[in-house]
Amino acid sequence: MELDPLLLSRIQFAFVVSFHAIFPVFTIGLASFIACLEGLHYKTGNKDWERLSKFWIQVFAVVFGMGVVSGIVMAFQFGTNWSNFSYAAANFLGPVLSYEVVTAFFLEAAFLGVLLFGRDKVPQGIHFFSACMVAIGTFISSFWILSANSWMHTPQGVEVRDGLYYVLSWSDAIFNPSLAPRFFHMGLASFLTGGFVVAGVSAWYLLRKRDVELHRKALSMTLWLLLFIAPAQVLVGDIHGLNTLEHQPMKVAAMEGNWETREGAPLILFALPDQENQTNRFEVGIPKLASFILTHDWDGEIPGLNEVAPDEQPPVAIVFWAFRIMVAIGMLMVLVVIIGLVLRRKQAYANTKWYLNTLRLMAVTPFIAVLAGWFVTEIGRAPWLIYEQLSHADGLTPSLTGGMALFTLIGYITVYAMIFSAGLYYLMRVLRTGVEQPNYGYDKSGKRPKRPLSIADADWEEDDAERSKWNTTAQDKSDDQGAR
Amino acid sequence: MAEPVFDLVYIWAGIIAFGIIMYVLMDGFDLGLGMLFPFAPDEEARDVMMNSIAPVWDGNETWLVLGGAGLLAAFPLVYAVFLPALYIGVFLLVAGLIFRGVAFEFRFKAKTSRYLWNWSFTIGSTVAAFAQGAVVGAYIEGFTVENMRYVGGAFDWLTPFTVLTGLGIVAGYALLGATWLIMKSEDYIQEWAYKITPWLLLAVLVVFAAISVWTPLINPLVAERWFGGVSFIWLLPVLAMLCAYRIFSSVKQKRNGTPFVATMGMFIFTYLGLLASKFPYVVPPDYTLWDASSANESQLFLLIGLLFVIPFVLGYTAWTYWVFRGKVKVGEGYH
Ligand code: HDD
Ligand code: HEM
Ligand code: HEM
Repeated sequence: MELDPLLLSRIQFAFVVSFHAIFPVFTIGLASFIACLEGLHYKTGNKDWERLSKFWIQVFAVVFGMGVVSGIVMAFQFGTNWSNFSYAAANFLGPVLSYEVVTAFFLEAAFLGVLLFGRDKVPQGIHFFSACMVAIGTFISSFWILSANSWMHTPQGVEVRDGLYYVLSWSDAIFNPSLAPRFFHMGLASFLTGGFVVAGVSAWYLLRKRDVELHRKALSMTLWLLLFIAPAQVLVGDIHGLNTLEHQPMKVAAMEGNWETREGAPLILFALPDQENQTNRFEVGIPKLASFILTHDWDGEIPGLNEVAPDEQPPVAIVFWAFRIMVAIGMLMVLVVIIGLVLRRKQAYANTKWYLNTLRLMAVTPFIAVLAGWFVTEIGRAPWLIYEQLSHADGLTPSLTGGMALFTLIGYITVYAMIFSAGLYYLMRVLRTGVEQPNYGYDKSGKRPKRPLSIADADWEEDDAERSKWNTTAQDKSDDQGAR
Repeated sequence: MAEPVFDLVYIWAGIIAFGIIMYVLMDGFDLGLGMLFPFAPDEEARDVMMNSIAPVWDGNETWLVLGGAGLLAAFPLVYAVFLPALYIGVFLLVAGLIFRGVAFEFRFKAKTSRYLWNWSFTIGSTVAAFAQGAVVGAYIEGFTVENMRYVGGAFDWLTPFTVLTGLGIVAGYALLGATWLIMKSEDYIQEWAYKITPWLLLAVLVVFAAISVWTPLINPLVAERWFGGVSFIWLLPVLAMLCAYRIFSSVKQKRNGTPFVATMGMFIFTYLGLLASKFPYVVPPDYTLWDASSANESQLFLLIGLLFVIPFVLGYTAWTYWVFRGKVKVGEGYH
């Protein structure tokens, strides 16, 4: 079989960027949570907030570190695999991507160090301020990267001369039409990720009866936050969809599995899209609902995939199903937080076992939703890299052969598998070690290395003393449940 | 479009050149220590070596990321030719840096699995250093470019010449690492560093001499530049040799900081010599800085942000080195 460098590059890009994306969405949300904890500590002087913050900063450090390492790969991907695209769009993408790095750089240089290592060296107010700056910085950073990405979906403010893009208006290009919905949708997604992970981990500690009061506080806080942002995400998602309908109708057609332009289109709940025959198999839907959602009119017209030639259609099945997964998770989240509200009385949410277990499981869902969302967005854009202007094939590096692309694809998968399983393992160790640790203190000499991970204090291997402690706790827990 | 008020290309060339040498000097010594790692006298010495760079290495690496993005913004042709041409090399570089970086974080926390992280540190550092040297060699040799697109093969960058430059950088970084260690350690560790430095210097000089002879032979432009008449650039190799002598003599005198400073000097003068050989070509053999640069307004747009951030980063970098100045003692550190 002839190896196709285009396909392999797409798989590789999808793999490395998906891998990278997991970490930022979490760090963005967590950074704000930490800033919030620091703020509460600063205002109330209550040590509990500080303890919680210290614990979550450790997790943050590990995840942030992995975000940086996988981000370095991204900085080179555009050039190695998509050099024609990079070269053509460099006048816009270059500065915008550089601004992302520069912000991250700036952030890392200034405030991250203070947040991670400065607790005992700077006044409390400054420490809180640094936490805020780190949180804001992650947003500025995502603003730039999303601007670059949105511009590829809805390019404007540029003109093409001799195959190269030139910026006519920076503000038009940066604030392109899909940036606002995408930025808010992604921002909420980050908060949902941070929120559900914190809730899940807190629930897990509560189930094990470790530091109950502390984690109950954290859980209560995040449940309040999630109560507002989970429904908000559904709303923003809807707005985002309307924006997409306006600018990228074929993506919406793929999301809806709508093959023919028609009025009063049904909302399809289940179907197996069959690209070859340009139809759905086993379709189950609610009549007219899609038209109503998208046009707010039961008989509104919905664009169908038949408006473009089959080779200009995105791969429908992936987009269709990824979209359904995301939306289903969005709805599930709303359900879970509403139950949380119902369980508010007498703090039932904190000692209802099935609810805590549900929260524990929910901790992975935001990651799945985020990846599914990006798959909708990016695969739905196919075959275009810059929408309706530059295709994947035209953006590819001309000298790239299938063999080269396969080599690096396997290479990245191997490297990531090794490195990130180590990272994940270590993260688990941090979680197991938990809030209370003997060697918790910060090095007073001021000579601690300024590295993200060095703040995390868990040992790599579990020692026996710890293991037995762990087992007793687990034992206690089951005893106690038996008693109940 | 407004006419450029002044030529930003020079400024950007300066920024990128500065970024590269910052990266080479700073990440150079810590990659170097990584390569010396398996030869260290004992595990305690390895702790000291790692501790001496632990606070600074990831700041050092950020210059590389900035370099990548900055090239895309300011000289997209360089970005769009170098990366495809060095495709496999770039992968090795990135993979090497990832292993190196993660080893750093986890070695201190590991006990029984520590040797694994030691190896990951050494191999990662060596691969990354070699790949960087090969990039330099490929740059000197030039690229097969047609119509602004790289059209050569996957392994064009891997030639006897680039292997030599790769080894040159490996030796050079090891030398930087050894002299850094002289400055940061004491007792038997410092003794060891004193002992290996002259040998590393010798290796560097041999490789550099071979490169200096070879380069003008394969490259008419370089030959013309150096042998076309009396030129002030002759000063650069002379200064580099003076630095080399100074490394040698200061090691003999058991100086503390001088060997490291002199090594940096040697690197800087060699680097300037390389730039002088090639100027103004950035994508040899055909394209100059001006061919490669992006639109003036794009360069200006980014420059504004960068001028704001760079002083800050430099200040912070200087401060970090200041805080962590002085010797690293056995048993003291961050584990
Ligand atoms: C919405 C957020 C988001 C998205 C979609 C991306 N990134 Fe990212 N990236 C971040 C948010 C972020 C961050 C939160 O700002 C990180 C995580 C850790 C960090 O230091 O900054 C980061 C780190 C990070 C770094 C390391 C910076 C450093 O050394 O500190 C690079 C080079 C990139 N990213 C590049 C990319 C590229 C080329 C992407 C697109 C394909 C990309 N990122 C997608
Ligand atoms: C961080 C979250 C992101 C995720 C999870 C993601 C995911 C994906 C996926 C799955 C594809 C594959 C589409 C296909 O092969 O049909 C893709 C393509 C692509 N995306 Fe994204 N993307 C993200 C962000 C970005 C950003 C911020 C940019 C640009 C600034 C970008 C640029 C591209 C490019 C150039 C491609 C084409 C290569 C390809 O098709 O694989 N992506 N992305
Ligand atoms: C039920 C509610 C939701 C709806 C209606 C919805 C709608 C959408 C739509 C239409 C897109 C594609 C936009 C485009 O490419 O032009 C999208 C993308 C995306 N969604 Fe959702 N979404 C929902 C829930 C969620 C949830 C719960 C998350 C994560 C926690 C999430 C994360 C994302 C991400 C990361 C993207 C890709 C980035 C972007 O284009 O914004 N979504 N969503």
